Amino acid sequence: MYSYSNFDADFVRSRVEEFKGQVARRLDGSLTEDEFKPLRLMNGLYLQLHAYMLRVAIPYGTLNGAQMHQLAYIADTWDKGYGHFTTRQNIQFNWPKLQDVPAILDALADVSMHAIQTSGNCIRNVTADHFAGAAADEIEDPRPTAELIRQWSTDHPEFAYLPRKFKVAVTGAPHDRAVTKAHDIGLRMVRNDAGEPGYEVVIGGGLGRTPMVGKVVRDFLPRADLLAYLEAILQVYNLSGRRDNKYKARIKILVHETGLEELKAKIEAVFARNQTLLEPVDAGIVARIAADFAEPTWVRKPVVDLPTDVGFRAWFDTNTAAHKNPDYAIVTVSTKAIGATPGDVTSAQMRVLADLGEQYSHDELRISHEQNVILPHVHKSDLPAVYASLKAAGLGTSNIGLISDIIACPGMDYCALATARSIPVAQEISNAFEDLAVQHDIGELKIKISGCINACGHHHVGHIGILGLDKAGVESYQITLGGDGTETTTIGERAGPGFAYDEIVPAVERLVEAYLGLREDETETFLAAYRRVGMAPFKSALYPEVVANAA
Amino acid sequence: MARAFEPQVATANHLLDGDVVYFTEHGDWTRHLTEAVVAETPDQAETLLGAASLFPQDVVGVYLANVQVIDGKPEPSHFREIFRTRGPSNYHHGKQAEA
Repeated sequence: MYSYSNFDADFVRSRVEEFKGQVARRLDGSLTEDEFKPLRLMNGLYLQLHAYMLRVAIPYGTLNGAQMHQLAYIADTWDKGYGHFTTRQNIQFNWPKLQDVPAILDALADVSMHAIQTSGNCIRNVTADHFAGAAADEIEDPRPTAELIRQWSTDHPEFAYLPRKFKVAVTGAPHDRAVTKAHDIGLRMVRNDAGEPGYEVVIGGGLGRTPMVGKVVRDFLPRADLLAYLEAILQVYNLSGRRDNKYKARIKILVHETGLEELKAKIEAVFARNQTLLEPVDAGIVARIAADFAEPTWVRKPVVDLPTDVGFRAWFDTNTAAHKNPDYAIVTVSTKAIGATPGDVTSAQMRVLADLGEQYSHDELRISHEQNVILPHVHKSDLPAVYASLKAAGLGTSNIGLISDIIACPGMDYCALATARSIPVAQEISNAFEDLAVQHDIGELKIKISGCINACGHHHVGHIGILGLDKAGVESYQITLGGDGTETTTIGERAGPGFAYDEIVPAVERLVEAYLGLREDETETFLAAYRRVGMAPFKSALYPEVVANAA
Repeated sequence: MARAFEPQVATANHLLDGDVVYFTEHGDWTRHLTEAVVAETPDQAETLLGAASLFPQDVVGVYLANVQVIDGKPEPSHFREIFRTRGPSNYHHGKQAEA
């Protein structure tokens, strides 16, 4: 894992000191809210519906046991004993008090963490495949690249006031677990015909009001050219991106309005100039970062026979994934017990996860954009012990990828921007399908719920997407179908008129029933079935009265 | 035809903890909607907003929210304002826990 240099540590600590002074000046009246708001947002502090919210960066979703322990300590000391893992691999605390935030930031700095650039029109926390460095299908660990981008983008003076926020995701595997095509820049690590490492660069993806799948702007970018090329994209966007309309300010609109070819020519021209102006990245820095992400020393011990009881087997089949070392497994810990709030973890659970990470996963944990926690490197012999601890802590639910493994944004239970609630919809869908045997029979089905058009809940790329809106003063939920957030990214198609709050769960039940009735066999997933038969049968299931009236 | 005026209260978030607050007839802030002063006319609403905006050191984000007056007490009309009087629906936190 990356360890802070003295420069990093000093920088983070100086930002805490700076913010301490800013909070003091806000409290004594020297700063107005208009003056203070951009300063607090630069430090991840939002004012939400019922309280402040502090969004803490977890760079590319990677953290160690000590950091997870500290998050638990913060949750207990300054919040209400829990934290919420987000769809950008971060953690949010929902109840901090303004005067306590500098102390929280100090506590974060103690474990090399911060909340910088988790808000505002800057380059946000860079995200990566949560199976990085562990996945069997990986070409290369994306985290050294993500860390290099973090260092380049943190406090980058030229990109502090972009037209809008800017999100970068990196994957090192052909199977895209990082939704890279729905980011402003998505990087896929590839090799060229000569076997040299580089990147496929995708730009202009994004969800939100105008969902778009990113487009390839460069098939192959040599690794050494990465920062000069990213700098070129950002420079072109910074100068040409629209600032007249917040809803048209993301780079996806620039790509759309300018056209990929013209924009690509501009980027290449600036890139050529950058190559002559910018010094190449110091090889020592790159080597040091790479060394920090060196493979752990794998434990060599025999793999014992795994238990055959139904509970363990179900968990093993659903919640573990193939590791590049065949003696190991990747464990995905579900934060989504039946009826629970997706992404919420109590301080006690954080401590269990921290201990398990330290003891069984080479001191590494990950947060996925699907709001789960990963133990990336667990020796197969340790799986029974890990499962037993997780189960005892209420973290043993065997539902990864199933209908109750729902993404939900905080929605109008917390978020000031929300137009409807998301969390209780997720909870009620989970309760409606509480029988795990039924969930396993339904198979892979990704439901993603957003409580407003900004789409933090990634509803556009859910197999079933749900968008909560305010329709004439009443919560109304729109359904989209057929979305996909992997390497075959697809924006879901809107099914029809929205459903009231008490109608949305029955609507989802009808969709599932329709799917079970029409699938070819149990190996055909919901998404595959949708792609085969299209919208019509699902629409009939959603709107039976329309069908009846037409008959 | 112009929409009929709905009664309004002035609301904001407290500077220190962000909790939802309402402006009272005594010219200060309360955490309980039932204690809020209600503007019954557009003129009263304008005056209320002006008076409530004089506390930049105590509260953040002052705005007028529609209410219905039932048995002499204001009750929120929009679901967002209903949630603001309670707290989140997934945990017993916020105002509902303090009542």
